[in-house]
Amino acid sequence: MSVLPAGTPVPDFSLRREDGRDFTPADLPEGTAVLVFYPFAFSPVCSSQLNIYEEVLPELHEQGATLYAVSCDASQSQTAFRESLGVSIEQLSDFEPKGEACRAFGVLHPGGFPQRALVMLRDGKVAWSYEAPSPGDLPGANVLFDGLAAV
Amino acid sequence: MTGLGSAPFPPPGPEDRVRGPAGAALLIAYADYECPFCAALELRLTEAPVRHVFRHFPVVSKHPRSRAAAAAAEAAGEQGEFWAMHAALFADQGRLEDPHLWARAGALGLDLERFEEDRRSPAILARIDAQFRGGLRGGVVSTPGVVWGGRLFGGRAEVEALLADLVPRLSSPAPAPGASG
Repeated sequence: MSVLPAGTPVPDFSLRREDGRDFTPADLPEGTAVLVFYPFAFSPVCSSQLNIYEEVLPELHEQGATLYAVSCDASQSQTAFRESLGVSIEQLSDFEPKGEACRAFGVLHPGGFPQRALVMLRDGKVAWSYEAPSPGDLPGANVLFDGLAAV
Repeated sequence: MTGLGSAPFPPPGPEDRVRGPAGAALLIAYADYECPFCAALELRLTEAPVRHVFRHFPVVSKHPRSRAAAAAAEAAGEQGEFWAMHAALFADQGRLEDPHLWARAGALGLDLERFEEDRRSPAILARIDAQFRGGLRGGVVSTPGVVWGGRLFGGRAEVEALLADLVPRLSSPAPAPGASG
């Protein structure tokens, strides 16, 4: 299994927002939605990843991109994680049924957590995607902007 | 290509803070004053035979006072005391609020009025931002990020391995009891 490539139609998926509402393809914003799949809340690399992405949110917004962080953690864990980091990136939970959305995007690790991956969605399709070589590899913020330049 | 897309690390320029022997190999450290691993790196680098370029990489969401501390170092630099302030900031990372910065500036004999003006000046804040953005574009994701031989070393294990090569004396086992030399 590997991340869906550019040009693939957005798959059906359902994630849970922090406030308990569903997040489905119908909820994708105007412009580019960037799904940041991360393995585990409170893990060191994931912490660094969300912290560094938080620093570039204004530039991402200027380019019409909206960032969402996706993991298989429960929403309560994600919220606690986000608050502990002091970041504002909205969290989307793939906890129940666990991993189904990650599977739809081709990023479900055999261990039951998301591969570290970035997926940009635009106009109903995957516009760009990136999968890290391993869960311990952290794509820098520059990779986000390389992706935006390509969509 | 967007403004923060991938790009090589900028070569040392006139706004960089550089120390060490002129002919030594270049090491660029992206770091922040609120990062404990950066403080540890700083101690090691003082022993390393390298030309050390220090660049600010304040991840404010993680270290809320890192940008203010960077600005304090740069403001001290305007009065010729960058490295002294740099050392004073790393030496006591638990005290980085404004009164602590003023105290350091006073201890260094800086003109406090000028220090206050400089550390909030657009030019200094732009310098810090430019260094941060340069690090981002090169792929720095956390602190410290060390550029050595054109390669980025990030994370404790990689940086430790690099330092073990650069500073073998500090990494070698302690002499056995009774050993002379």
